[in-house]
Amino acid sequence: MFDSLSEKLQGTLSGVRQRGSLTEDDINKAMREIRLALLEADVNFKVVKQFTSAVKERALGIEITKQLNPGQQVIKIVNEELTALMGGQSAGVTFSPRPPTVILMAGLQGSGKTTATAKLAKMLKEQNNSSVAVAACDVYRPAAVDQLIKVGAQAGATVYERGTDADPVDIAGWALDQAKRDGKDVLIVDTSGRLHVDQALMEELANIKKRVKPHTVLLVVDAMTGQDAVNVAEQFGEVAAFDGVILSKLDGDARGGAALSVKAVTGKPILFASTGEKLGDFEKFHPDRMAQRILGMGDVLSFIERA
Amino acid sequence: RKTREALAAEVQATLFEGDLDEETWERLEEALIYADVGARTTAQVVEELEREAEEGNLVGGEALSNRLAEMLAQLARTGDDKIDLRPSPTVILVVGVNGTGKTTTIGKLSWHLKNTLGLTVVVGAADTFRAAAVEQLERWGERAGVDVVKGPEGSDPGSVAFEAIARGRERGADVIIIDTAGRLHTQTNLMEELAKVRRVITKQMPDAPHETLMTVDATTGQNGVRQAKLFGEAVDVTGIILTKLDGTAKGGIALAIANELNIPVKLIGIGEQLEDLRPFDPDDFARALLTA
Ligand SMILES: Nc1nc2c(ncn2[C@@H]2O[C@H](COP(=O)(O)OP(=O)(O)OP(=O)(O)O)[C@@H](O)[C@H]2O)c(=O)[nH]1
Ligand SMILES: Nc1nc2c(ncn2[C@@H]2O[C@H](COP(=O)(O)OP(=O)(O)OP(=O)(O)O)[C@@H](O)[C@H]2O)c(=O)[nH]1
Ligand SMILES: [Mg+2]
Ligand SMILES: [Mg+2]
Repeated sequence: MFDSLSEKLQGTLSGVRQRGSLTEDDINKAMREIRLALLEADVNFKVVKQFTSAVKERALGIEITKQLNPGQQVIKIVNEELTALMGGQSAGVTFSPRPPTVILMAGLQGSGKTTATAKLAKMLKEQNNSSVAVAACDVYRPAAVDQLIKVGAQAGATVYERGTDADPVDIAGWALDQAKRDGKDVLIVDTSGRLHVDQALMEELANIKKRVKPHTVLLVVDAMTGQDAVNVAEQFGEVAAFDGVILSKLDGDARGGAALSVKAVTGKPILFASTGEKLGDFEKFHPDRMAQRILGMGDVLSFIERA
Repeated sequence: RKTREALAAEVQATLFEGDLDEETWERLEEALIYADVGARTTAQVVEELEREAEEGNLVGGEALSNRLAEMLAQLARTGDDKIDLRPSPTVILVVGVNGTGKTTTIGKLSWHLKNTLGLTVVVGAADTFRAAAVEQLERWGERAGVDVVKGPEGSDPGSVAFEAIARGRERGADVIIIDTAGRLHTQTNLMEELAKVRRVITKQMPDAPHETLMTVDATTGQNGVRQAKLFGEAVDVTGIILTKLDGTAKGGIALAIANELNIPVKLIGIGEQLEDLRPFDPDDFARALLTA
């Protein structure tokens, strides 16, 4: 269905070439196809609305060139707008001039926080030669501490844990003291999964944040998330003011429209892509690739770039 | 918990006020899209309701919202949504993509079977891959008061399943539940591994697994249909467990799965505690889909 977006647009706009310009009616038809493709990619419907009206405005002004047919021309605009919205240049983690740099991980249950904690630890260790510690602040999920002990060790990070009887806020504060004492460059704080509407646990997150004063707060979002991604991002944004997003499970075939929704409603960049269960499956996020993935048409775009 | 009447009133108030026009149908379409029902099933539902309204059979907001809820419940009510516990032992295989709630659901289900129905349960820890997956299941086993059969770390999941069924039968268990590692439906080798686990079970007990349940996280978007399709092809999924319905996501993707693949939802997860598992009620689900 998605792969045919460009075909559909070319079909919808096939009569245009002869007339030489796009009428409002042509564009409305094109926008319907684009809207459908974005909804099928799980972009939030409010974001889709804003987006298509921005694209429409631009498309109204264009003149049909010889190099691209009208369908391709509309797609070019869609892709440019989408890439711009996704964040332009990709960014990374900022380090504190006074170590340890503290990174706080947050997100819904099962989104991939603990895995990403170990992946990020491994990446920072290997790429920046940092000494990294991770803190086990999930005292709720059965065996969450054991999981972090295992993946933390695999990543070559020191794991600060105090079992499951202590309070997560206290564990976080204690871990920070340990990291300072041990002269760590980075401390990554893993937290338990929580629903954005769970007041008690959201307050706990705010308190962990208050206690460790992180330099970066990262929200881990599952790439398969549907329309609800905006609620999640808004609530976590309000309570924990996260600085960036890790998009997880991108190794599947989900279009990942949630990435666009989260970016659009919070303005926060997506920093990393998590692309598998192994600790090496972690990379910098590329907004342009994500735009093409959401549209499901990498090939079409490389063709357009050449034109 | 809101009553059905209260829910129905909310639906009615927001969706069908004013004249029936283009905007009404757009509003309805948006509500369904917002619930992750997906474009295809949404279009189908809206067209049908619009057609019935034009025929003049549905007058007023209440009639419309009732009919709509009825239609959605009808779509959700596909196949057999009960879990048949008559086979002795009943073998249940639990599958699904990563982090959707397999292990947690098994903990809750075991507890329910044991405490509410007084059945003997044995659980097999066939996720031999994820860090501390076995420990996690063991904790749940302790909470629920049921036996957990495990193999050495990194061992073959098929052999753990085999062992769990053998021991379950020895102990005269009523139900044997097999946990498996989360995997993406696109990972062909892992899907083949899962199919092998299923074959091992069938070889040992020709009519088993009696149920193959797939967990779907209620926040899942349109990818859910692909998940159910490919898991279905690999291991013949007989039902969906819709988890994490205690959040704000509506789980509408389950409706698309029921509509397009005829796989029924059998259980829902509404929290992280032992008692947070419920049978699926299509009527409640349908009404909740439409409330703001
Ligand atoms: N395929 C794939 N699986 C992933 C990825 N990231 C995490 N996972 C898997 O997703 C599941 C959940 O990951 P966790 O790291 O435990 O998630 P979490 O957010 O810490 O979960 P809770 O602590 O329970 O909230 C595990 O099976 C991971 O192996 C990814 O990028 N790709
Ligand atoms: N709020 C809520 N959380 C749930 C529910 N079901 C499971 N969870 C949480 O979701 C996270 C993942 O659950 P698991 O049971 O580990 O999921 P899984 O499918 O076994 O994960 P993998 O084995 O890693 O693929 C945990 O933090 C659970 O506590 C539910 O119904 N509601
Ligand atoms: Mg975790
Ligand atoms: Mg599990």
